[in-house]
Amino acid sequence: MKAVCWHGAKDVRVDTVPDPKIINPRDAIVKITSTAICGSDLHLYDGFIPTMQSGDILGHEFMGEVVELGSAVKNVQVGDRVVVPFTISCGNCFFCKKDLWSLCDNSNPNAWMAEKLMGHSPAGLFGYSHMMGGYAGGQAEYARVPFADVGLFKIPDGLTDEQVLFLTDIFPTGYMAAENCNIQPGDIVAIWGCGPVGQFAIRSAYMLGAERVIAIDRVPERLQMAKAGKAEVINYEEVDPGEALKEMTGGRGPDACMDAVGMEAHGTGPDSFYDQVKQAVRLETDRPTALRQVIVACRKGGSVSIPGVYGGFLDKIPMGAAMNKALTFKSGQTHVHRYLRPLLERIQNGEIDPSFVVTHIMPMEQAPQGYEIFKHKKDNCIKVVLKP
Amino acid sequence: MTSTPEDKQTSQSGTERWASLIGGGALVLLGLRQGSLRGALMALAGGGLVYHGATGQSGIQEAVDMNQGIRVEKTVTINKPADELYRYWHDFEKLPTFMKHLKSVQVYDAKRSHWIANAPLGTSVEWDADIVTDQENQLIAWASVAGADVDNSGFVRFTPAPGGRGTEVKVVLEYNPPGGAIGAAIAKLFGEEPEQQAGDDLRRFKQLMEAGEIATTEGQPSGRK
Ligand SMILES: NC(=O)c1ccc[n+]([C@@H]2O[C@H](COP(=O)([O-])OP(=O)(O)OC[C@H]3O[C@@H](n4cnc5c(N)ncnc54)[C@H](O)[C@@H]3O)[C@@H](O)[C@H]2O)c1
Ligand SMILES: [Zn+2]
Ligand SMILES: [Zn+2]
Repeated sequence: MKAVCWHGAKDVRVDTVPDPKIINPRDAIVKITSTAICGSDLHLYDGFIPTMQSGDILGHEFMGEVVELGSAVKNVQVGDRVVVPFTISCGNCFFCKKDLWSLCDNSNPNAWMAEKLMGHSPAGLFGYSHMMGGYAGGQAEYARVPFADVGLFKIPDGLTDEQVLFLTDIFPTGYMAAENCNIQPGDIVAIWGCGPVGQFAIRSAYMLGAERVIAIDRVPERLQMAKAGKAEVINYEEVDPGEALKEMTGGRGPDACMDAVGMEAHGTGPDSFYDQVKQAVRLETDRPTALRQVIVACRKGGSVSIPGVYGGFLDKIPMGAAMNKALTFKSGQTHVHRYLRPLLERIQNGEIDPSFVVTHIMPMEQAPQGYEIFKHKKDNCIKVVLKP
Repeated sequence: MTSTPEDKQTSQSGTERWASLIGGGALVLLGLRQGSLRGALMALAGGGLVYHGATGQSGIQEAVDMNQGIRVEKTVTINKPADELYRYWHDFEKLPTFMKHLKSVQVYDAKRSHWIANAPLGTSVEWDADIVTDQENQLIAWASVAGADVDNSGFVRFTPAPGGRGTEVKVVLEYNPPGGAIGAAIAKLFGEEPEQQAGDDLRRFKQLMEAGEIATTEGQPSGRK
């Protein structure tokens, strides 16, 4: 089959690789009809996530048709149309039972690697480095889905791929990030990053009762899309977001602040230059420009929600502000399984049509170009969907 | 070849440590002359009379050798009741399912079994082992008998975790590889990241018990040439 393979920083290729096969009884094979490129894939593309190996198959936002089932999978049929959560979860461990699916104890075959870095291992993820399981991803014609009996989610007829594809990641991610803001009546939520995750977070924050949402980015078409989601916007290249937010919130600061940017934040100040240099020479794993601003801007006693992905060790985090302002931090890879049914219902009810975020639909053969335009925000690119 | 800082303590405090790990009472504490796990297990079993292994003729030199063994201790919490885990483990012939370096285990009778483990360069090492102590749903302890390629002993203990969190499963192992070139190869086999090896074995046990299968990517496609 054809698959998008990682061969090093800024080097992805569409290779011919063997077809996947059933390995374990709870596996399924899915023939992929749509597969997206995520902001998280850019961290791999840029070479900032450790333990990638040349030849790894990328992709964790995919859907398609079940073509083969392991002997233990009884609740789905060959031919079913399904979406696949990007987190791989067993459904039986302490964490899965507690609805904390991205913390599954049993899905990372390379847990020892993650334990060395983080003390404990989170769940395995599709196409996201060997430390996170080394699973072949879904930017391919076919994928093997482990624990398919809990990992496949059947999609009813009448919805297009683009309407349901993002149940695999970014819609639940934006939604969980909004939940992590602990939104109360009257709350103002500020969201750094108007990429796909930020876009879903804006809409989710309103679903969860936010009074106002303020979105921060510098890319005009992304700010425009945020406005279409009823957010007020700040272009951080034109004004200092900290000052602007204070003025826009009566001096209080936003009740909740969200970092939907992650480890490769762009910045304009001296601190971001410091991060770029340190990250370039590998003295720092991440560039937490947005996270620093989030912490300083947040009102006293407010919530900090961090869906943005971080890989390792961050410098110059204003922990003094976090502590003295008594902020609450919430984060994590998304517990996707938890959100599949409720968010599908919101799509079916017409509360949201997730396809709004798609700017580019391309044949999978053009994946290298897809990565390039998404990374550099060329051609007004916000979200790329690939067709195998 | 030591693996924990505790190994560097005196043999007496080492003994106490093993004793408290195994969860035995005064019998263990009184019955010991050397700091090895085997000594503690023998004492737990009632003073070593049941055992006719390499430490049969005890002496100063042997006590020293014992303390050069490779020791590993690992614990994992499994979301299943102790009796279920105990029963699976007790069926020794199934252990190679999750213990990667084991080739096979053959059970002779209620007490004795024969173990074959993979060794470097496609060879293998073998030994007979006896169950030294068996407390239903709580503890299984074993030790190799005379003639073992690798003298080894160990126990697995099952303790209920608080608040319905399942069962804490602790494994303690001690290997005493022989000297010479073969010994060195075996030491390498068991000695390279022994903590990680034991940890991975236990993790696979947990996966098997909780998820019904062992997570793997072996056999999946990639673009590697
Ligand atoms: N927690 C999860 O499970 C999960 C799931 C999916 C994605 N993510 C992460 O969420 C983050 C965003 O993903 P995405 O797909 O939207 O990516 P993206 O790269 O398309 O979006 C990031 C946006 O942040 C903007 N930005 C950069 N620096 C900024 C700054 N200093 N201030 C404000 N905005 C800034 C960029 O212009 C861009 O629009 C990534 O880190 C991704 O890895 C996490
Ligand atoms: Zn993603
Ligand atoms: Zn689990």
